[in-house]
Amino acid sequence: MFAVLKHELRLYFHSLTAYVFGAFLLAFIGIGAMLYNIQAAVSNFEFVLGFGSLVFVVIVPILTMRVIAEERKQKTDQLLYALPLTTTQVIIGKYLSLLVVYLIPLCIVSIYPLIFAQFGEVYLPTAYGGIFAFFMLGAALLAIGVFISSLTDNQGLAAGIGIAVILFNYYSVSLSEYFSATAFGSFISLCILAFIIAVIVRYLTKNYILAYWTGGVLIAILLVICMLDASIFEGFLPQIMTQLSLFERFYTFVNGVFDMTSIVYYCTIIVFFLFLSVQSLEKRRYN
Amino acid sequence: MISVEHLTKRYGNFTAVEDLSFEIGEGHVYGFLGPNGAGKSTTMNIMAGCLSATSGRVQIDGYDIFDDANHAKKRIGYLPEQPPLYMNETPFEYLRFVGEAKGLHGTELTRQILAVIAQTKIEEVQNRRIAELSKGYKQRVGIAQALLANPPVVILDEPTVGLDPLQIIEIRDLIKELGQNHTVIFSSHILSEAQTICDQILIIAKGKLIAFDTPENLEKKLLTAHEIHIVAEGGKQETASILKSIDGINDIRLEDNGSWVSATMKTERHDVHAISKAIFFAFAAKKHALLEMSSTKASLEDVFIELTENAETEEPLTTAANDSVETKSRESEAQ
Repeated sequence: MFAVLKHELRLYFHSLTAYVFGAFLLAFIGIGAMLYNIQAAVSNFEFVLGFGSLVFVVIVPILTMRVIAEERKQKTDQLLYALPLTTTQVIIGKYLSLLVVYLIPLCIVSIYPLIFAQFGEVYLPTAYGGIFAFFMLGAALLAIGVFISSLTDNQGLAAGIGIAVILFNYYSVSLSEYFSATAFGSFISLCILAFIIAVIVRYLTKNYILAYWTGGVLIAILLVICMLDASIFEGFLPQIMTQLSLFERFYTFVNGVFDMTSIVYYCTIIVFFLFLSVQSLEKRRYN
Repeated sequence: MISVEHLTKRYGNFTAVEDLSFEIGEGHVYGFLGPNGAGKSTTMNIMAGCLSATSGRVQIDGYDIFDDANHAKKRIGYLPEQPPLYMNETPFEYLRFVGEAKGLHGTELTRQILAVIAQTKIEEVQNRRIAELSKGYKQRVGIAQALLANPPVVILDEPTVGLDPLQIIEIRDLIKELGQNHTVIFSSHILSEAQTICDQILIIAKGKLIAFDTPENLEKKLLTAHEIHIVAEGGKQETASILKSIDGINDIRLEDNGSWVSATMKTERHDVHAISKAIFFAFAAKKHALLEMSSTKASLEDVFIELTENAETEEPLTTAANDSVETKSRESEAQ
């Protein structure tokens, strides 16, 4: 695991990726700090992070697109399979290296509140709570990026899907207002979601029967719930979208609330997507 | 050292490897031979733990490659068809990663890296980016990677493909050298290559084992067909009638050149000289002069082509030395 971690770090610092990532992050937060803390003279550093979170849409896919896709393209994944390492060790090693690359600029950022504190009143607990949540948000997005990269051997495609997914997540709360809040509307959308899940299952397992069953059972469950009590579905979809939004949970920290459930949610997302990445890598051995 | 039992691999409806069983002992160089698409790479990938099998078992030194992967993989050095290199690294950095992943560290790691660098003769490029290296050097770095941590089994998938003649000779010498301390299995679709460096040859075609023997034995057993070429005085018809009277020759082709006839024929008999004698006396009896006579052996290459083309009907060819394989194929037949 540490061999993979060290190796990945060496690769990041050999290429420009780590520097581009760090530069983007620092530049964006720097602009935010200038606008909020210096020009508008607001002493809350967490607002800067709230503004800066948009940068993840671009930089996370840049960093994660090559993680596994590149290994496949260069056929170096064969080496990883042949070495006495488990797939879990490989994925965790790679993920930790991403965290290190991410933590370096974040360490620099965490000096900012202290600097500002020299010139005025800065409430440090909310500032550092915000930085911690910012770290967790990025960590969760990186895990999603690793999974996306494990699906394809095309880096560009991995980056494209990554940007789309994170952008959708970023705007999901504003978008949820446009989704139908009626019971019927939610029901239809959930059926479509069940269908998409079935398609993904079909793609991942190449097993038609399993995919049909997954789709069929999910839709049947929805139908049963619908017949028993249709009112459950009222406003269900917008609610789900708000609940799933990683960014929305981050804004509670920006507003000065240290929310433990959000931390748990971020950890769950990390474990879930790393688990899926391991499965995706393992699946290639069985195709 | 390695035992493969009833290995089968299917991709959807396509069967890449079918009920493959063989056993490989310690030491020596084993050649894995077959035409493209015969299932060589698939088998090697499974043996190295990169691919799962549909059914069957592979054991390395008693450790199952699927159930006890960690122990089994520590005993294998594997070079896939395309060397798995990170282009932005130098060979030294690359080897350090592989060594660490194989569980080496500290001075032992550095010592082993320097040892394999010396063994594969890549000292002069060890600090250049891999992307800048020639194909031959890349291949060597790939082999160096397989040799790290000194695994008893080294599997090389087509290590000489795409190299120039000089590089091919160097890699072959290296493989021979490795055979002294390791069990080396390498694949190739060139028979002459296997003939020169292997102690044992496994021929597979269409996913099945069709021969497993030493190159000499394969030659002895398979090279029965000889071609005899004569040039004789006289007409086409007379020559044909003389030749037809001799036992043991077939497939006669005649060509009339006016004053003489040239004929080419085949014989399956081992004692070619007896046939030559019979031809000589038959022509002498009819008072026709034999102007030329020569015989040529079919090459192992021809046999290889014939064997791999008729893979459907052939059963594995083995000698007593490979009893286990023979009994296994009989067992599978009995089933």
